[in-house]
Amino acid sequence: MTEPAPMRGFPRSDGRKGIRNVVAVAYLVECAHHVAREIARPYEDRDVHVIGFPGCYPNDYAARMMAALCTHPNVGAVLLVSLGCESFDKYSLAHAVRETGRPVETVVIQAAGGTRASVAAGRAFVDRVLPQLEAAPTVPMAVSELVVGTVCGGSDGTSGITGNPAAGRAFDRLIREGAACIFEETGELIGCEHIMAARALTPALGREIEAAVAKAAAYYATLGYGSFAAGNADGGLTTIEEKSMGAYAKSGAAPIAGLLKPGDRPPRGGLYLLDVVPDGEVRFGFPNINDNAEIAELIACGAHAVLFVTGRGSVVGSAVSPVVKICANPETWRRMADDMDVDAGRILEGAATLDAVGDEIRDLVVSLGRGRRTRSEALGHREFILTYKSFDPIGPACLPAA
Amino acid sequence: MSATDPRLILLSPDDNVLVLRARLRAGEAVAIEGRQVVLGADLGLGHKLARRAIGAGEKILKYGAPIGRATTAIAPGEHVHVHNVASDYTPTHTLDAARRRHGEDPS
Repeated sequence: MTEPAPMRGFPRSDGRKGIRNVVAVAYLVECAHHVAREIARPYEDRDVHVIGFPGCYPNDYAARMMAALCTHPNVGAVLLVSLGCESFDKYSLAHAVRETGRPVETVVIQAAGGTRASVAAGRAFVDRVLPQLEAAPTVPMAVSELVVGTVCGGSDGTSGITGNPAAGRAFDRLIREGAACIFEETGELIGCEHIMAARALTPALGREIEAAVAKAAAYYATLGYGSFAAGNADGGLTTIEEKSMGAYAKSGAAPIAGLLKPGDRPPRGGLYLLDVVPDGEVRFGFPNINDNAEIAELIACGAHAVLFVTGRGSVVGSAVSPVVKICANPETWRRMADDMDVDAGRILEGAATLDAVGDEIRDLVVSLGRGRRTRSEALGHREFILTYKSFDPIGPACLPAA
Repeated sequence: MSATDPRLILLSPDDNVLVLRARLRAGEAVAIEGRQVVLGADLGLGHKLARRAIGAGEKILKYGAPIGRATTAIAPGEHVHVHNVASDYTPTHTLDAARRRHGEDPS
C-alpha cells in the first residue's frame, strides 16, 4: 500500500506512533502532587505534563488507566513520584513502562529526604531525558494510524446543531481514511440507545450498547442527577434526552464497530463507543465528575488527539494529548475565540456548511501530526483528573471484528 | 407550510419545537408557520419555541426524537424549556431558584 504519509510520528516499541513526545510526571497519591507539580514547573513551555491518581487505596481501574497513559504513544518518558506509603503499585507501573523501552524513574519522597531533595532528583531526570525526546527522530505516520476521541462539554442548544454534527462529519472522513474514532459518555447518550444499536456491526454488539446505556440511566437515577449541568439549561437545553441527541451527533454516520471501556484500545480503524459508567453497584460517586475525566479516558484508549465541542465555552485542554476546541455557538466564539480552534457557529449563521467545517476539523487534526499546536496547548492547559471506578472486562460481543 | 422567521430552525419535519439561531428580544414579533407571535422574554440562541399547541403530557419532539414531555399545556410560540418540560429519565438541575433568591439576572 502506498498511502501518502501526511504526518510525522515518534515510533514506539508496540508499533504505535505518537504525535507528541511528552515527559509524563505521574504522582501516585495526592500527597505527592505538589512535588510532581514543582518538578514540572520550570518546563511549562515544553512537553512535561503532570498526571496522577490522588487515592491512597488500590483501585484496578486507576492502575490500568495510569499504565495506559504512561505507555501512551504521545509519551516518551515517565517519572513516577511516590510519597512512599501509598498503596499504588509503583513497581508494576515502572516495570510496564520499562518493558516498552521508555526511560522511567521513580522518586520516593520519604526515601529521597523530603520535598526539596525529591524536586531536585525529579528535575535531574527531566533535564536528562527531555533534550533526548525533543531531538528524537520521527517517522512518516499515516492518518490510518491515528486514534481520535471526541467529547462535548459546556453544551448548549447550538452544540447539537453545529459543533457536534461537524465533529461527526470529521469522524466520518477520518474513518474513511482508516483512523479509529471514539465517542463516549454513555450517560449523555440516554435516549439514543436504540438508534445506536441499529448502527452496530452485529446484533450482539447492539445489545451490549443498549445494556451499557441502560446501566448509565440506572446509575445516574440512583445518584439523582443526570449528566446535565446548570449551564446546559441556561444555554437552552431542557432535558438529558435533548442533550443526548445533540451529543450523539458527534458520532457521525459510520457503523459502530465496537464498545470499549477505559484503557481498551480500538483493534483497528472504525467507530467505537466508550462506556465510561462503572459496572456493578453504585460505589464511587459520579461516573465522570467533569469533562477532564472523560478526556483522560479517551486518551487512555490511545487517542492521539481529542475533539472537544463546546457551546457555552470551555477552556480546558489535557495532559498527554492535544485537545481541539470546536466552538458551536457564534456568540461564544466572538467572546472566547482565543481559546477556540474551530468556529462551527458560522454554520448557524449560514456562513459555512457542516461538511466544510468537518473537513476543517479533519485537516486540523492531521496538522497536529505536523507540529501544529492547539489553542489549549498554546495557553498551557494540561488539566488532568483520575478518580475511583470499577469495571468488568468487555465481553466477546463488544469487539466483533477484532 | 407557511412562512416561518428565518431566525428559527425546524430540525426535523415531525418536531413540535423550533430552535433559535439568533438571540431574540422581549416584545419582538416572530412568524411561526404564518402565525405572528410576540415574545414575552429575551431568549438566547439554542432555546426552543413551540411550533404548535402542545398538550400537557405530550412528548416534545426535537431532531425527530422525544426529548421529554410537557408538564402543562404549551401555546404556539411559547418558550419551551424547564418550566414546562420534564425529562423521562432524570430531573434537570438548574440554578434558577438560586438566582431568583439572590436577585441575579436569569438570562
